[in-house]
Amino acid sequence: MTQSNLAYKETLNEVEEEMEVHPKDKKLAMAHVYVAYVAFIIGVFGGLLQGLVRGGMIELPGWITYYQILTVHGVLLALVFTTYIIFGFFFAGMSKTHGAFPSGLRKLGWVGFTILSAGTALAAVMILANEASVLYTFYAPLQAHWLYYIGLTLFVVGTWVMGSALLAHFFNWKKAHPGQPTPLFGYMTTATLLLWIVASIGVAVTVLVQMLPWALGLTDEINVLLSRTLFWYFGHPLVYFWLMPAYMVWYLVIPKIIGGRLFSGSLARLAFALFLLFSIPVGFHHQLMESGISEFWKFLQTVLTFVVVVPSLLTAFSIFATFEQTGRAKGGKGLLGWLKKLPWGDARFFAPFMGMIIFIPAGAGGLINASFQLNAVIHNTLWVVGHFHLTVGTTVLLTFFGMSYWLIPVLTGRRFTKHANRCGIVQTWLWAIGMFFMSGAMHLLGLFGAPRRTAYGTYGDHPQAMQWFEGIFTSHVTVAIGGVILTAAGVLMFYNFIYLSFLAPKGKTEFPMTPDPIDTPNTPKFLENWKLWIGIAIVLIIFAYTIPIYQMIVDAPPGSPPFNFLIK
Amino acid sequence: MKMHLDEKIWLILSFGMIMLFTIFTGYQTFVLGLGPPSNMETIDPQKVEETAPFDAPGVYEIGENEYEVVMILEIFRFNPGDIEIPAGSTVHFTMTSKDVIHGIQIAGTNMNAMVTPGHIQTITQTFHEPGEYLVLCNEYCGIGHQHMATTITVY
Repeated sequence: MTQSNLAYKETLNEVEEEMEVHPKDKKLAMAHVYVAYVAFIIGVFGGLLQGLVRGGMIELPGWITYYQILTVHGVLLALVFTTYIIFGFFFAGMSKTHGAFPSGLRKLGWVGFTILSAGTALAAVMILANEASVLYTFYAPLQAHWLYYIGLTLFVVGTWVMGSALLAHFFNWKKAHPGQPTPLFGYMTTATLLLWIVASIGVAVTVLVQMLPWALGLTDEINVLLSRTLFWYFGHPLVYFWLMPAYMVWYLVIPKIIGGRLFSGSLARLAFALFLLFSIPVGFHHQLMESGISEFWKFLQTVLTFVVVVPSLLTAFSIFATFEQTGRAKGGKGLLGWLKKLPWGDARFFAPFMGMIIFIPAGAGGLINASFQLNAVIHNTLWVVGHFHLTVGTTVLLTFFGMSYWLIPVLTGRRFTKHANRCGIVQTWLWAIGMFFMSGAMHLLGLFGAPRRTAYGTYGDHPQAMQWFEGIFTSHVTVAIGGVILTAAGVLMFYNFIYLSFLAPKGKTEFPMTPDPIDTPNTPKFLENWKLWIGIAIVLIIFAYTIPIYQMIVDAPPGSPPFNFLIK
Repeated sequence: MKMHLDEKIWLILSFGMIMLFTIFTGYQTFVLGLGPPSNMETIDPQKVEETAPFDAPGVYEIGENEYEVVMILEIFRFNPGDIEIPAGSTVHFTMTSKDVIHGIQIAGTNMNAMVTPGHIQTITQTFHEPGEYLVLCNEYCGIGHQHMATTITVY
């Protein structure tokens, strides 16, 4: 270690003592957490009902439909919970690492929060009124009420406004500290937000240009393939919008919790820059089985899909190297002795750790899904549902739970007590066990042909459909049992949220943040060159999408009229 | 940027694995012709029944043990349904949708395709084993989606 590095490390530690989340920023961040967990618990019960209905155990009353609940479950958990908790994390973390927000930017944050929440409320009302059972992937030419599309537009605009506040805070810092490497938290937040903004342009265009005029009756027909393409242009980077904040917890928070420090900042930055580049031009891998897109373009985007695995593998290496270094520094001997030195009893570590472990089969499943020929076996089957309940439903969610255990008490000025920690450990086990049953059975049912997004049915007691109910493990009943365990885990998590928000004793909780790694002063300049990264990202998008989208518009068949009677 | 030797090995393995997957997928697609169903023909989705070949949906024998099925997918049925073919037949499906997005999947086989309005989808499947196969719609198409199914009987 060079002298300058040592000095750098010491100044950082001093600065760190002083940096706390500003009280006014705490309020803004906590507002996000409240909405997130209310959405979470409703979404969990939506999932429970789905599992029980699909397993043939209960029937829904006449005033609510399976597809309505499916829409509620998907929108609340995949969109509302994740978006709110991520922005809450960003506001808190940016305030801690880059200093308090200036009041103008904080106000901008509140404006964004208000727009986002108005959009969420509007969309929720339309879903509850059964005017929007089009699932969260839209499914034009199925048509929802136009107010649903307005709600979604407000949702996206709200995130853009909040994103501008966060980005402005980051670039202000950069301007005020010329030549210095930016704090990792800000770097990663910026990469994630840029990804989100570039990606959400796709969904904004399809909603504003295609669906809204069509739902208002201004246009008669819609270009279905184009709307699907624009949705999936957004739909896959959305996955990385969930995953990157989870990776931020792994890179920046977990090393501190286990008493170590991240071992390379440059590699962490590189991984995030690669995500920004490669996670957008890959949407066709959701459309492999459809007509109107040629094999060549599908293959090209599949290759890019494979490439985006690399930054994930890079992350796996960095995180486990940090674990090993820390474990050995604490006296762990032999090949695996360092494992024993990790804080297994600490829910802030254990929950994200289980998420990491589960990401191994989840990621392997993702590679299967992206492969053309294998995709034919699993496309639109329950396998896919099993897959994303591991990725976003376990890896990302367990990481966000682990984050909540310190983030909520930091924001509410309370203590993360032994009681809360014990609940967290039990919660993690319950979630993992429930998911083993539910996701495991879903994967296998998918291989036997059980479709996703489908209400209870036996297809006239066809033997192939009946076997989906009769298997010992491979059964809709196993899915439902897993769902019941997951619901118990969800309720426990909600209890912990209430406890840490309102009931836990007042006190000080640490915001765990790894000191910047010792290679920080040597961060290569190009990693901080945002114009370069955005430029390459746009070039890749243009390369992967221009010709196919041009064909979709120029060679388009006559459009489709609305079908709004089919969803009620 | 300094990299540890372990990390270099890990990165080389990662890239190597990705390259292998890419080559396998590409080889199967472009050399063996096992690409995903990607037909480029279009059709007016509001005039399906007036447009050939969909003005006469049905099962047509086009060669020895070779059939063409011209099929319209609509809420919430397959037309024609309850198809019967002899074992060992190769069946070429030509399909489109009259209304919303549908999917066709035959449980117990690898046949799986999206059928979107405005587009004609084609896919070929050979049925070796006799039996009654469940054909189902695997893409959400509205409130009766779970009832959209038929069978193919291989005798």
